[in-house]
Amino acid sequence: MPIDVNFIRNQFPLLHQEVNGNPLIYFDNAATTQKPKVVLDAIQRYYEIDNSNIHRGAHTLADRATQHYEETRESIRAFIGARESAEIIFTRGTTEGINLVAKTFGSTFIQKGDEIIISTLEHHSNIVPWQMLCEQNGAVLRVIPINDAGELVLEEFEKLLSPKTKLVSIVQASNALGTINPVKRIIDAAHAVGAKVLVDGAQSASHLEVDVLNLDCDFLVFSAHKLYGPTGLGVLYGKRELLEAMPPFLGGGEMIQEVTFEKTTYTNIPFKFEAGTPSIAEVIAFKPALDFITSTGKATIHRHEHDLLKYTVELLQDVKGIIPVGTATEKIGVFSFNIQSMHPFDVGQLLDAKGIAVRTGHHCTQPLLKRLGLEGTVRASFAVYNTQAEVEVFAEAVTKIAKLKNK
Amino acid sequence: MSTITDIQNEIVAEFEILGDDRESTIFYIMELGGNLKPYPEDFRKDEYIIKGCQSTVWLLAEEKEGKVHYQADSNTDITKGLISLLIRVLNQRSPKEILEADLNFIPRIGMGNILGSQRSNGLVAMMNQMKRYALAFQTKQNA
Repeated sequence: MPIDVNFIRNQFPLLHQEVNGNPLIYFDNAATTQKPKVVLDAIQRYYEIDNSNIHRGAHTLADRATQHYEETRESIRAFIGARESAEIIFTRGTTEGINLVAKTFGSTFIQKGDEIIISTLEHHSNIVPWQMLCEQNGAVLRVIPINDAGELVLEEFEKLLSPKTKLVSIVQASNALGTINPVKRIIDAAHAVGAKVLVDGAQSASHLEVDVLNLDCDFLVFSAHKLYGPTGLGVLYGKRELLEAMPPFLGGGEMIQEVTFEKTTYTNIPFKFEAGTPSIAEVIAFKPALDFITSTGKATIHRHEHDLLKYTVELLQDVKGIIPVGTATEKIGVFSFNIQSMHPFDVGQLLDAKGIAVRTGHHCTQPLLKRLGLEGTVRASFAVYNTQAEVEVFAEAVTKIAKLKNK
Repeated sequence: MSTITDIQNEIVAEFEILGDDRESTIFYIMELGGNLKPYPEDFRKDEYIIKGCQSTVWLLAEEKEGKVHYQADSNTDITKGLISLLIRVLNQRSPKEILEADLNFIPRIGMGNILGSQRSNGLVAMMNQMKRYALAFQTKQNA
């Protein structure tokens, strides 16, 4: 069934405003999505009615807050198809999730000479933590190359795999180009040599079906704010046996069983990895965001965004001076491009003058841009509330800019 | 010869004709970049770079007969346009005039709002560097 975009847009208060004298067109969804009213209401309600520290208080408010907090954990479990909610760890975001795995799993199970495989498509947050680990323990980082369309060269990946491979950390959908990677195939191949796999779901979790049991990934990380939820909150899924074998990440309250000055014992998962008071309001308000995605239907959302991408390509492909960047067959709703003889920053600024919000620059993927021989791109990324009419305004504005230097 | 204040007033008057339309203002700025003299390739080196977040600026200053001569370039057209305005205001003036100048035309032409914080910071860095050159030449003159 097609999406009733007006019905959806009415749930997002922020969208109804003018920017620089034009109706806002928000095409920076790969950076962060806007929040439906139910999410905003949940934050408000928490502070107005339930505010209390969780898991410890012997009073009604603490019970209520704890209950709502844990309900979100259960919703996430269902959302990604995990076996049990103890396998869901709250983090501050995708970046922290990857750092957590690098610091705990990495420092315990990856030794000198072992190999970690990532890909050319990775965001800096799935590069730097592994480089830091390699510097620390002498492990070696290997990188899967891409072709000119921005797709992984899987034959090369298979050549990189060996018994030395301890971890493959791979993005499911590229933030800069939109390429969807065949993670299932990658996971199976990695498992065949005994390696574990971390899937960076920052860009995929809101668009694609992510079923951890079906994928059989060992870790999955993503951020709530890219799934119509609050900022400052992320999710790390890990298989129970791995999470149990890993040492804690941060030390402090919540994560202990017993503390004496001689020795501290740690509590069970997931709390072992959740030291300190977490982002309670954000966690609680993430549940209605997940409910919003589930009730709209992920397949429906993906189809809608894909239609917007298709329409954008249709309108812009023959415009002189437009250079699409990333032309993979399988893509999420991301249109990355350049205009001949123009810097992406200038294009972004001109679009902003028309009320159109896009991202410009290297999108935290400098090695990828270097591989493509580019300094940056302009990126339009779509979400469920974007419309064909917005795409038309965007395409018209881009065409006008392209004509400046490409007559 | 007109003063730095005169030239700034001139620029403000030119931009007033464009009105409040952001797009036209940016288009105009980009066009102004085309007026910049070609930057000498021998000086396109790291030591002449003022690095912003997304745009790069090369700035070169020489002293001839007590006046400062600037040449500059950027990889982005909007920045180039802004540089051309800065050069129009400060070029071929004595270090003393440059150091005493109250550079206020950028917010007055409405560019403060358009640029956002990233580019505004870059512009401030650019103005500071131009003044730093002037200070160096003044110190040399007084030595």
